[in-house]
Amino acid sequence: MAFLKEYISDVYRAVASLLKGMKTTGSYFIRPKEIITQQYPDNRAQMKLPERFRGEVVMAHDDNNEHACTGCTACELACPNATIKIVTKFDTTPEGKKKKALDTFVYHLELCTMCNLCVEACPTSAIKMAQTFEHSVYDRNQLLKKLNKPGSKIRAGVE
Amino acid sequence: MYRETQIIEADNKADGDDLVINVGPQHPATHGVLHLVIRLQGETIQKVEPHLGYIHRSIEKMCESLSYRQFIYVTSRMDYLSAHINNHACAMCVEKALQLEVPPRARVIRVLMDELTRIASHELWWGAMAMDLGAFTPFFYAFRERETINDIMEETCGARLTMNYMVPGGVMYDLHPNFQQRVKNFIQLFNNKIDEYDDLVTGNIIFQNRTKGVGVLTKEDAISFGCTGPVGRASGVSCDIRKLYPYEVYDKVSFDEIIEMGGDSFSRYLVRIKELRQSIRIIEQLIDNIPEGDIQAKTKAVLKLPKGEFYSRAETARGELGVYIVSEGGTTPYRIKFRSPGFSNLSALDHISRGSKIGDLMAIMGTLDLVIPDIDR
Repeated sequence: MAFLKEYISDVYRAVASLLKGMKTTGSYFIRPKEIITQQYPDNRAQMKLPERFRGEVVMAHDDNNEHACTGCTACELACPNATIKIVTKFDTTPEGKKKKALDTFVYHLELCTMCNLCVEACPTSAIKMAQTFEHSVYDRNQLLKKLNKPGSKIRAGVE
Repeated sequence: MYRETQIIEADNKADGDDLVINVGPQHPATHGVLHLVIRLQGETIQKVEPHLGYIHRSIEKMCESLSYRQFIYVTSRMDYLSAHINNHACAMCVEKALQLEVPPRARVIRVLMDELTRIASHELWWGAMAMDLGAFTPFFYAFRERETINDIMEETCGARLTMNYMVPGGVMYDLHPNFQQRVKNFIQLFNNKIDEYDDLVTGNIIFQNRTKGVGVLTKEDAISFGCTGPVGRASGVSCDIRKLYPYEVYDKVSFDEIIEMGGDSFSRYLVRIKELRQSIRIIEQLIDNIPEGDIQAKTKAVLKLPKGEFYSRAETARGELGVYIVSEGGTTPYRIKFRSPGFSNLSALDHISRGSKIGDLMAIMGTLDLVIPDIDR
């Protein structure tokens, strides 16, 4: 008799535990505002990523097509994956002296791990992280980027 | 692959009735490229042999060619669920060698981030393990709350999974102005949700029957296999690095080291669920008491460690992570060794699953909380 009693109480407890879980799940039917699904990519226009989000390295240019990169290669040395390659040239200053300047800022997006070490290393804050994240392309050559715009030059006063 | 085939044939010759099956490398329950060669007698497991190497990236060797600032980001790729804590252990090792004093604000931020990471990791484990055992709903519930933590991380650290937020001497940026409010909102939300987790899974009779008494790891075995973290503590081993060798501000906050004596899968489950509440407790103590001040100690542009050997350890969500650096005095390490918790915990798998049914293997693997890139670096 004791066995039967134990058996029935076991079954009762088992059914109760299952119903308790069902109740938790079922209660979401009457409080649908806690559902957090986003309709990506339909909500691209409203999506706002935090300003610190690391998507890709970009170089900031102002209205006069000027940047702040001196070509010091600090970012190239800081990068763990050889993502950045800086090609320098020699500009002639008005005084007739030769001065080292940036020719091409080559950036391999396909090698980049977005670790932010290059941005930390930059002494003139010439590069920063952009919030873009949809980087897929059909050809990997398209991921090889030149960050300085054509015809751009260094902003006056940046050393 | 050729070698494996040969082993299997040799085993078959020894006992003709055994059945050898391969679980993985691509199997939904291994959550990664883990390959288990299992020898079965009927449905009973005779032997489990893990085969590694499918995701070996030679991280230790890679680190030898990176500077002391650069090598930290690679360690996020080992145990990607506790990326912050991996980075933290590496940063601590470099600081120990350079005898850097980390500012108090950075210490508190680090601990806050570690505990948030621990919660996120345990939640993912909870969802994935329940899914292995046939309960699909918990997976969505766990990811819903984990998403809140990911958003907090994204806002302050700039990334969701591989943050690279810890640098030698402190942290990379200061906290985001919204951080405190968002963490408080999260704690409020999460306190209700843990009770929901208990209703859904902990009390569930099917779940209890599948985990109680399954995969028992005794205290002696846990010590001899080097099991740490929740796996060791579920067997009664006191192995919480936060208590035994406190680092940062863990000696100033009050929290309990969760120890269960059962050693079975259900005990391992309970330890992690209770740790969630302890992590919340630590965050609650610190979130209003973040001291003002610097976030980074002054360091040189190029770090050079003195000649010698340095070791530091941290408690990740899976157990003890040890970082061992041998320096020759240069800008790159001569040798780096990581003692990862997942590898030691995996070594107990064969021992505790012998004699159980193949269906129990999912419960055992699930509660060991294996992260394959951590096992196979």
